[in-house]
Amino acid sequence: MSTHAHRAAASDHEAHGHHDHHEMSFWEKYVFPLDHKMIGMQYFFTGVAMGVIGALMSYAFRMQMAFPGKAVPLFGLITPEFYNSMVTNHGSIMIFWFAMPVLIAAFGNFLIPLMCGCDDMVFPKINRLSYQIFLLSAIILLVSIFMPGGGFGSAWTSYPPLSSSATYNQTPYGAPMWLLAVALEFVAFLLGGINFITTLMNSRAPGMKMYDIPVVLWMIVIASILFMASVGPLIAGAVMLFFDQTMGTGFFDPARGGDPVLWQHLFWFFGHPEVYVVLLPAMGIVAEVLATFARKKLFGYKTILWTAIATGVLSFVVWAHHQFVAGIDPRMANIFTVTTLLISVPVTEMLFVYIATLYGGSIQLTTPMLFAIAFVAEFLIGGVTGIYLGASGADIYFHDTYFVLAHFHYTFIPIAVIAVFAGVYYWFPKMFGRMMNDFWGKVHFWGTAVPFNGIFLPLFYTGAAGDHRRSFDLLNFPEMNQPALIFARQFATVSLLVMLGFQVIFFINFFYSMFRGRKAGANPWNANTLEWVAPSPPPHGNFAELPNCYRGPYEYSVPGRSSDFWPQNEPAN
Amino acid sequence: MWWVLGSEIVIFGGLLACYLMMRLMYDSWSDAASHTNTVAGAINTFILLTSSLFAVLAHNAAERGKGPLAALYLLLTIGGGLNFLVVKAIEWTNEIKHGYTITTNTFWSFYYTACGLHAMHVIAGMTAMGIVAVGALRGKHLPRVEYVGLYWHFVDIVWIFLFPLIYIAK
Repeated sequence: MSTHAHRAAASDHEAHGHHDHHEMSFWEKYVFPLDHKMIGMQYFFTGVAMGVIGALMSYAFRMQMAFPGKAVPLFGLITPEFYNSMVTNHGSIMIFWFAMPVLIAAFGNFLIPLMCGCDDMVFPKINRLSYQIFLLSAIILLVSIFMPGGGFGSAWTSYPPLSSSATYNQTPYGAPMWLLAVALEFVAFLLGGINFITTLMNSRAPGMKMYDIPVVLWMIVIASILFMASVGPLIAGAVMLFFDQTMGTGFFDPARGGDPVLWQHLFWFFGHPEVYVVLLPAMGIVAEVLATFARKKLFGYKTILWTAIATGVLSFVVWAHHQFVAGIDPRMANIFTVTTLLISVPVTEMLFVYIATLYGGSIQLTTPMLFAIAFVAEFLIGGVTGIYLGASGADIYFHDTYFVLAHFHYTFIPIAVIAVFAGVYYWFPKMFGRMMNDFWGKVHFWGTAVPFNGIFLPLFYTGAAGDHRRSFDLLNFPEMNQPALIFARQFATVSLLVMLGFQVIFFINFFYSMFRGRKAGANPWNANTLEWVAPSPPPHGNFAELPNCYRGPYEYSVPGRSSDFWPQNEPAN
Repeated sequence: MWWVLGSEIVIFGGLLACYLMMRLMYDSWSDAASHTNTVAGAINTFILLTSSLFAVLAHNAAERGKGPLAALYLLLTIGGGLNFLVVKAIEWTNEIKHGYTITTNTFWSFYYTACGLHAMHVIAGMTAMGIVAVGALRGKHLPRVEYVGLYWHFVDIVWIFLFPLIYIAK
């Protein structure tokens, strides 16, 4: 169907259908909305609430690592079972219930129809259903922690045979409920992904060609495709693991004729692409912010796009680097070393392209810009330390130490925290029609970006010294009981407290600005993309008049023009 | 629709890849596999292929705007699915009577998981076709006939992979 025909059909649908020809009740508007922006907000607030829970868990077990055996304020004395369950659920929550919903579902839902200039998602009801399933999965996960026997505690990777039978993991209800929650969450994201891909492909503004789509939309859609193509084997694996847990089959249990490494393959065939599923949207958010505040055309638009696709393709052939110590054939390990090191090439290319965008720009150091630059800087450390772990020889030494943990937190925190903050500060005026306070934003920035290094730089050191990441009390090992190591662990914990403390400023700033902030116009940052054409906040249906698109999204500082930006919807003369 | 099918294909792809890997690893599986009822599997293959033919005829009728005819053909397709499930139920009852259950060994675990997942898709397909058939009877939403047909062909194709892997390969 051509774009025009589709838009005609869409506006025809609007005339009879779900749009606001009547005043909507509270329930229709906020609880069961069909509006993509409100669904995006629901995803955002649920995701952030889950993120706060996950952060509180990290507080509890960081305190246990630094001061073992002492009661933790708010939590009391931590038992090994509770520690395991918190570590497991911290990992699951941060990836599946915080990073994915905020980066893909919240930003995707909010931005895709606005930025491609249409009135709503193609399937608004599927969109609403996807959020409801997601909410259900979050509730099941939280309930599972308080079931008799305790929450699931065999790490977020859920390796069998530990995870496959209550005889081993001692959590007869926690384990299957955890698995059910994860499976439901995947279903929610499959439904959401269908919407994202279809909307971007079929209802773009007239004139918006493939290379006129803002990078962030491309990234979210490539991420959705990656997710769809990789999650299937894990769903199949989850069904098998569920049968192992509840019916006593033995797919993954060697004692019952199965093979535990099979789960590792199924899990990481999904799990590694998942890294890029959350990385790409973060990269996209940063690209938008960098181009806007460098007042410069994004360097190498097509390069970014094609390297993102290359990253996606490569991400399917790297999974077995997680099995370097699981007894795989060394010849296989060589192959996976090569592919794993290879994948750093496109990602590095993207980072360099971003730095090239900054070069020669007239940079405005607003809060979102600070976060975007910090993303590039901090993510580089995460990427560089990944090189050690990608090489099988080094990985055998580093495997499951705090070095690995520090490495992936240096990638995930820039992705899920720093880039998300860049996005929130940047699109806040569009979401609520008001500006966030810039001074407190900058205080929050320094209080986030600096202590974050204080947490994880020391952990590279303790990890290289041999701290095992899944130990409950490292002081049980005499070699790990050294003053320098203990100091490093305590330093990390104190930094965590500082970082968490500064987030309070963000929340106060956020909610205060939501109601009392300075009023923002439709386009406070002088940006080009189509979402800034709609009023802030956009009404249901988004645009007073659906925009046309005349050019690419990054035409900043075009020579010979009086203003330094050139919105996509403005005709040439 | 194609995205739904794509994601479904990777789910079954993952399951079947596991089956193949473990089948190659354990020779003892061929003994277990020899106890499956190949005749029942063959009958079911025939039933499913026939029902797919009705799905095509339903699509053809819908293309020509003949809603009630399309609904009739859809009903025949649903009948095929029902037959399939009946045969499956007889087969499973027999096997459980002989003591082959989902926990007997890993082959039977795969047998019941893969066939069970497939049977659930059959049921889902039948439900969807029922809904579409009601619409088609009133001449509404005729393009949907093609989409449920696509889904039904997908269910069929999965079976075409399952049948030789589980029933024939010994």
